[in-house]
Amino acid sequence: MLGRTASSLYWMSRYVERAENMARLLEVGYRISLMPGAVEGHRDEWRSTLTSAACAESYAAKYDDIHGARVISFLLFDEENPTSVKSCLKAARNNGRAVRTALTRDVWESLNSTWNELAHIDPDTITSDRLPSFLEWVKQKAMAFRGALLGTMLRTDPYYFSQLGNFIERADNTARILDVKYFILLPRATDVGSDVDAQQWAQVLRSVSAHRAYRWFYKDSRYKPWLVSEFLILQEEMPRSLLFAYNWINLALNDLGQLYGQLYDCHALAAQTQARLKGGKMEQIFQDGLHEFLQDFMEANNALSQSISKTYNFP
Amino acid sequence: MAFNEMFLADGKVRFPYKKVETWLKSLGPSDIERALRECEARFRRQGITFAVYGDNKASERIIPFDIVPRVFAAQEWRRLSSGIEQRVRAMNAFLHDLYHRQEILRAGRIPTDVIIQNDAFVPEMVGVNPTKGIYAHIMGIDIVRVAENDFYVLEDNCRTPSGVSYMLEDREAMMHLFPELFSQHRIAPVENYPSVLHKTLESVAPASSGSEPVIVVLTPGIHNSAFFEHAFLADEMGVELCEGSDLFVSDGWLYMRTTQEPKRVDVVYRRIDDAYLDPLAFRPESNLGVPGIFDVYRAGRVTLVNAPGTGVADDKSIYTYMPEIIEFYTGEKPLLKNVTTWRCSNASDLKYVSEHLAELVVKEVHGSGGYGMLVGPTSTKAQVEEFRVKLLARPSNYIAQPTLALSAVPTFVNSGVAPRHVDLRPFVLSGDQIRVTPGGLTRVALQEGSLVVNSSQGGGTKDTWVLED
Repeated sequence: MLGRTASSLYWMSRYVERAENMARLLEVGYRISLMPGAVEGHRDEWRSTLTSAACAESYAAKYDDIHGARVISFLLFDEENPTSVKSCLKAARNNGRAVRTALTRDVWESLNSTWNELAHIDPDTITSDRLPSFLEWVKQKAMAFRGALLGTMLRTDPYYFSQLGNFIERADNTARILDVKYFILLPRATDVGSDVDAQQWAQVLRSVSAHRAYRWFYKDSRYKPWLVSEFLILQEEMPRSLLFAYNWINLALNDLGQLYGQLYDCHALAAQTQARLKGGKMEQIFQDGLHEFLQDFMEANNALSQSISKTYNFP
Repeated sequence: MAFNEMFLADGKVRFPYKKVETWLKSLGPSDIERALRECEARFRRQGITFAVYGDNKASERIIPFDIVPRVFAAQEWRRLSSGIEQRVRAMNAFLHDLYHRQEILRAGRIPTDVIIQNDAFVPEMVGVNPTKGIYAHIMGIDIVRVAENDFYVLEDNCRTPSGVSYMLEDREAMMHLFPELFSQHRIAPVENYPSVLHKTLESVAPASSGSEPVIVVLTPGIHNSAFFEHAFLADEMGVELCEGSDLFVSDGWLYMRTTQEPKRVDVVYRRIDDAYLDPLAFRPESNLGVPGIFDVYRAGRVTLVNAPGTGVADDKSIYTYMPEIIEFYTGEKPLLKNVTTWRCSNASDLKYVSEHLAELVVKEVHGSGGYGMLVGPTSTKAQVEEFRVKLLARPSNYIAQPTLALSAVPTFVNSGVAPRHVDLRPFVLSGDQIRVTPGGLTRVALQEGSLVVNSSQGGGTKDTWVLED
């Protein structure tokens, strides 16, 4: 398989995952914006959404003030913003188009129809009342793509590279949301345990579609920071947790190693991170600092991505 | 009055179309609407698109597909395909001669200048010996019909002819939509084209390759207008689709960059023009090609398909000499006719063309895709005069031909079924033998009265049938 093909498959999946995560973030932002001033400290929800999406700087470079409709259009449709939903779906489709020969018809058609439908949507028609159904559409398209991938791709190298892209992106996204919400948006110490605090954690969970799962899993309706963190970092049952992502990453890398008959640095790196998560204890992580832990993790995740690119000759 | 391929002048249905005509009458408006809608959705979904240059708004379009097939009887096709075969044989001999002894120039049958001064002539190819002596492995010959037994070759395409994916997808669409038609007819299959192409490419692999030569398709990338076809063919043949940056030359061999060890490549079906193939040999600013690939080719360690320099044989200025070329190399009279052509570089020709501009079709010598041409009879006075200025400014840039009454085939248009003008591009593969695919791409001018069938100018396509005896 060509190195460029591997790279395109990897990025195709990363971009679809990124588009889906963006939709989830916006869902949370939208929810909160419906409660104007209801809860102290949430007037800045759009700023918080921009920060979580890692788009605060690029937005500020383009606009002076933060305005709901503008943030939404920046994060959904602005093609100058490389992480907008539209940019992501376009990049995903272009990557898929370049390697059509490595995709099943179902995978390609799911990407292609998503792009064709999106191209026909006039951004001006996605007004606040139509936003939820549009975000739902984005998520469903991403899930249909993944379904086609899981259901139709041969378990050989194209599949493994797609999986790597998917889960490296997911791990990065979950870690970033947790970090931003915890470190940057954490209420003052006096707020801990207050309604504001609980709201923040509810948002974190919602942005990874896990607020119900949390309650079910912990049999507890109150959101506790260490439990939420544990859920999103260490619980391998939780499909958007860091450990869950790393279990899949290691699986894909090992299958790849078996197929090619050779293990490389990237295998060791991925195994290291997985081991760290597997043996992790929340008390220890909080003691050493959650922010530091997440920063380390994102760095290691990024290093893994680069190591994979280098090992498998991505252009 | 143009020749109608379905109906004779007295209204009788021509033999090959008998069952099609019955079927057509049985279709209700809702059947048709559903079929057309399904087709459009199908092509869109699969991304069977082409890009129109200079049109930002809709950079990817689908080519309109018409559901009324175009039908040839077995006997009609036999005659056509032997003419095509003869032409292809002559062309490969011509190319070999041009890059070796140049007998045809010595014999004075073609002026030396026409070849040597031609941009498509690649001096670097002189003395190079492609495997089996074949230059144009893949050709598309554009043919028009003006009467029952009267076919003309309009143009030869021996660089990188495109359209074969539409031939295959049109057939797929028809079989999907109207399976009953296929059980009523015995239609020669086209779907083995990719495997025949693969066989052809294998048969011209260099001697250095193993028993299973490594073949790749080389594309300029996803922004090329024919990218869909490049991906389609690579996929159908089960070979890698490469961009220039995926290939590299090392120690005199060509390799591709894979996720593991570099892999040696034996045959490159390239869909990149000569000029961009190798920045070291041709245009230095090209980043689409592969530095050093031409040296590997010259050393006989890789086969390029088609060979560099084949463009000289399909140039419109060479076209006028095709009858001589065919006679010179085959010793036979041409089976297919050439259209009378005036070369505007010639003063007396230019005079004639200028005086009859409103009756003629005038094309750029090096143009393609229907861009920059004048169709006199369907143009306004102002358009003709505007064109005259361009023509007189650079006469040698143009050739002119009489406006042919292209045959017409019934076609679905807004007002119902009406005859529309068509041409035909059959595809020919030359390797261990010459194979003409039974059928080809029929392009149809959807505008009433229009003679321009190019997809970039709003043309559509039809499935093309060759009936078996």
